[in-house]
Amino acid sequence: MSEHSTQLPTSGVPQDTEPSMVGKSVVTLDDLTTSQIVDLLHKAQYIETHRHEVAHTCDGRVLATLFYEPSTRTRLSFETAMLRLGGHVIGFAGAQLSSVTKGESIADTVKTVSNLVDVIAMRHPKEGAALVAARAAKDFGIPVINAGDGGHMHPTQTLADLATITSRYGRITGLTIGLCGDLTFGRTVHSLVETLCRFGNVNFVLISPDELKMPRYVIDRIKRAPSCTYTEVRDLAAVIGDLDVLYMTRVQKERFFNEDDYLRLRDTYILDEAKLQRAKPDMAVLHPLPRVNEISVDVDHDPRAAYFEQVHNGMLMRMALESSVVGDTLPGYEEWKNQEVHA
Amino acid sequence: MEVTSIRNGIIIDHVPAGTALKVLQYLRIDPTSTKLALIMNTDSKQYGSKDIIKIEDAGDLNLDVLGFIARQATIDIVRGGKIVRKEKPNLPEHMVNVITCKNPRCVTTTERGIDQMFHLVHSERQEYRCDYCDEEAKL
Repeated sequence: MSEHSTQLPTSGVPQDTEPSMVGKSVVTLDDLTTSQIVDLLHKAQYIETHRHEVAHTCDGRVLATLFYEPSTRTRLSFETAMLRLGGHVIGFAGAQLSSVTKGESIADTVKTVSNLVDVIAMRHPKEGAALVAARAAKDFGIPVINAGDGGHMHPTQTLADLATITSRYGRITGLTIGLCGDLTFGRTVHSLVETLCRFGNVNFVLISPDELKMPRYVIDRIKRAPSCTYTEVRDLAAVIGDLDVLYMTRVQKERFFNEDDYLRLRDTYILDEAKLQRAKPDMAVLHPLPRVNEISVDVDHDPRAAYFEQVHNGMLMRMALESSVVGDTLPGYEEWKNQEVHA
Repeated sequence: MEVTSIRNGIIIDHVPAGTALKVLQYLRIDPTSTKLALIMNTDSKQYGSKDIIKIEDAGDLNLDVLGFIARQATIDIVRGGKIVRKEKPNLPEHMVNVITCKNPRCVTTTERGIDQMFHLVHSERQEYRCDYCDEEAKL
């Protein structure tokens, strides 16, 4: 995250009456108020510039990463976040390594693990699994962070996206944001749009083939945000010059029931240097990763490429979130925040 | 068509024609052990045709579900052989174990012992979505 001066929205619930995040499960970002999201963005900025000060914030804490399906970035990010805060990590990476092979339910696994750890991060292929886990852990006062439940929600990816937009523009409002590719199954774009609508004042450009258009319930969400607008287009090249942010998505094979449909649509939208020449010089290219071929490798060297920064920002946001839900205060943060506000 | 009136119970009128059996199913009424009368595909001035369900000793039926499966229906409360109150079903804000989620990727398809829960997201469109996966409810 850069040290870009920020103009994050501060409206909403006053800080001194802000509900606590301690013990709070985060299944979707709707579980957090906009003020809490802004606070997490501030904390991530603080962590970035005060690594030494925060290195023992979560001493003695244990995070469980329950990953029922493959993940590289997300699991390592959750684990690194806790390690960098001084805590420890246990868990499994793959359902075949857990008691699910013996037929154990999600709820029973979570109730068991809740008796061992301080916070749980869970990824599961079934949509809604995180809600099941959060309810199971609630009786034990253990927060569950959704690390992705099928094609449904992935709130910490959205936090990483918001942090990256903030680092590039110093704000998350007053922007034209293009979302390109698989808008039907792409959980990250749904979550990002819905969250940005809560802050308002965003112009969305939805770029996809007809087969992969944004679902109606997300469109409805944009319509309900009076200061947000949207257009739906098929041609990336035609609109790329209008965008402040271009969010590319992977056409995910695992979300299709039919391989022929996947192969037909996979290469529909590819970003390369030629297309990028039409874009604004300060446009930010985001992507939740992993990519297949939707962003050409030659784009990686372009300063507009922000997708590897997202990985870094994701770790910072997870550090902010993990420390917040377990109730550990980042040393020096309150003083820093007060100075920032008054500066 | 004449069917003997009920003494104490409810009459669900203006049920969409041909759906009375499905309504019984969603109301969790066991037709093998309940005193009831079904009139199906009878004439209706308002809708052309309709079904009527008369249930004696209706007990504690959860009629909220009617708002979802038979919005146009009316409910007559019968006491001592007379209609003492008429009600229109409201759209329930939340439904528990009324319908099941049709999304094959939803956690409810595999996780044991959890309720099927849906919440109202758009009253004009009568749109409900699964609490877990946000899939739109389908009958």
